[in-house]
Amino acid sequence: MSGWSLHTGLGVGLSRENVDTDQLIPARFMSAPRAQGYGKFLLHDLRGPDFPLDDPAATGASVLVAGRNFGGGSSREAAVYALLDAGFRVVIAPSFGDIFAANAVNNALLPARADTAALLAAMPADVTIDLSAQTIRAGDLILSFDIDPVAKTRLINGWDDIDVTASYRQEIADFAAIARTRTPWVWQTANRGEAPKPGRDL
Amino acid sequence: MKTLLDKLWDAHVVLTRDDGAALLWVDRHYVHEGSHHAFGRLAARGLSVAEPALTIGVADHYVPTRRAGGIADPDIARMVQTLSDNAATHGFRLFGLNDPRQGIVHVTGPEQGLTLPGMLVVCGDSHTATHGALGAWAFGIGATDVAHVLATQTIWQKKPRRMRLNFTGKAAPGVGAKDMALHWISKLGADGARGHAIEYAGPAVRALSVEGRLTLCNLSIEGGARTGMVAPDETLLAWLRKRPHAPAEFDRAAEAWLALATDAGAEFDAEHGFDMAEVAPVVTWGTSPDEALPITATVPDPAHAPADKAALIREALDYMGLRPGQRLSDVAVDQVFIGSCTNARIEDLRAAAAVLAGRRAKVPGMVSAGSMPIKRQAEAEGLDRIFIDAGLEWVDAGCSMCVGMNGDRVAPGMRCASSTNRNFRGRQGPGARTHLMSPAMVAAAAVTGHLADVRALLEGRA
Repeated sequence: MSGWSLHTGLGVGLSRENVDTDQLIPARFMSAPRAQGYGKFLLHDLRGPDFPLDDPAATGASVLVAGRNFGGGSSREAAVYALLDAGFRVVIAPSFGDIFAANAVNNALLPARADTAALLAAMPADVTIDLSAQTIRAGDLILSFDIDPVAKTRLINGWDDIDVTASYRQEIADFAAIARTRTPWVWQTANRGEAPKPGRDL
Repeated sequence: MKTLLDKLWDAHVVLTRDDGAALLWVDRHYVHEGSHHAFGRLAARGLSVAEPALTIGVADHYVPTRRAGGIADPDIARMVQTLSDNAATHGFRLFGLNDPRQGIVHVTGPEQGLTLPGMLVVCGDSHTATHGALGAWAFGIGATDVAHVLATQTIWQKKPRRMRLNFTGKAAPGVGAKDMALHWISKLGADGARGHAIEYAGPAVRALSVEGRLTLCNLSIEGGARTGMVAPDETLLAWLRKRPHAPAEFDRAAEAWLALATDAGAEFDAEHGFDMAEVAPVVTWGTSPDEALPITATVPDPAHAPADKAALIREALDYMGLRPGQRLSDVAVDQVFIGSCTNARIEDLRAAAAVLAGRRAKVPGMVSAGSMPIKRQAEAEGLDRIFIDAGLEWVDAGCSMCVGMNGDRVAPGMRCASSTNRNFRGRQGPGARTHLMSPAMVAAAAVTGHLADVRALLEGRA
């Protein structure tokens, strides 16, 4: 994933609390391969003429401004894929579900924590997010946002966790060797003494 | 002085970076057929599974609950086959569709004794905290992190804040773990425990069976918690000894497990107390798990709510087709469902059967055991006859109508009394109206045709 620190794009407001991941992408769409694109599934069952994302003025939006507890519920990363594939790069909300926020950062989508009452009233409008300075600007409105410092560094650097972790290969091997003697039962997974047959329906 | 979480954290830290992120060792990684995105990432990078012996596959999310004809849906057949292929390629254990031990991952793992106290457990499913009932530290992760765990057997985390929920007093008849969970979530909110690891404690938690603790921990995410756990005790050890994969050197392990309990005087970042005298059978009325009330209550009136809540309540009532001030026990249901990782263990089925025995359901419904071993045990106890004689369908194990991925869905506008974990809009199908409650309360709704207080139906029984 590639890093970024400044984003300007059209913001759209979704003035709702508890937009859970089942709403972000209903479960029935999740057997589709990602290559098909998940954007069309985003908030699928809430769509309609009065829905803010269907407002022609919101076409091309890349910043979503929402209410409290955005992305609560299921761990489905497909909720993040749906936002990304629909063109979003930033979600601003007073709070996020923890798993959603982790999934977002893993995919370079910024979950920015801020009080959104004033922002919601100003949408749709162009919004500039400065990740380094942790500020949001929409016209005359300027506010700061919160982001976990570890997540912030990752978003800016675009680090891939698997590559980072690979550099600690020796530390992991050392830890596992000690753990094997300290908690040997973790590795003893055979059923009543029988060795498991890997990959088979045991 | 350390809490249970502190001890679990310390035992799994491989290293801590200057920015506070810690790399943690993972003892158990459960994957399911919905984990295909993660295996795709692994394949794209040409990586293999680092620790196949600590990786366990379970087919549950999409599997049909009527197995006789195989898998009719080609997309689902492909996903289940992909999981089998990945298990064969990478050499990890699989509880596939044809395994007699297949079940819902959070039922099967503990039931088989593959989850044990002191373990760090992850799975690409938000209800992974279920395993915390065994004194494990268990949490749900997304596909990128699943791929990371597959490739490295580790995960980057920051330490959650510690929250203790103390339940004092004694549960009244007809009140169980599901009611305790919905009670605290209704008090603290759907994000009330965000960023926290919950330890459930107090006499009423100690008094719960392991099955009850699994239900309580399962619902931690519905209050926003990163995980939920109960310290190991003699109740747990007695239960674990009977598991097929209980360790050979059980007593040595048990000594280590009992030492995991929170030290007296250890500090928590937040604590809340709940008196069981105030916990009645609970049902949800809205579209978030915190929108829950005792069955004796009436539907909230937005006119009497603070302005910022009124709109939320109005939207929820509109979706749910409810009237403000309506008695909850007057709400007619169209169907019932007993199943899911929350409430489909043998005790749950017994509790529902105790209400249904000798009675007929007034509405159609489905009972899906949490695992195939539970299904067989229920049949050995004659519970299947009670469900079938009541007019309910008795089907195989899987996530089924909790999430609707396999096609077991509630039709638009239909109202379902459900022993599951989420009453989100559309969770059980587009336009479905879900009321969450205990399996005994679902049984009560089945025999009366409306939301009903199970306590009245238990008089002279159990």
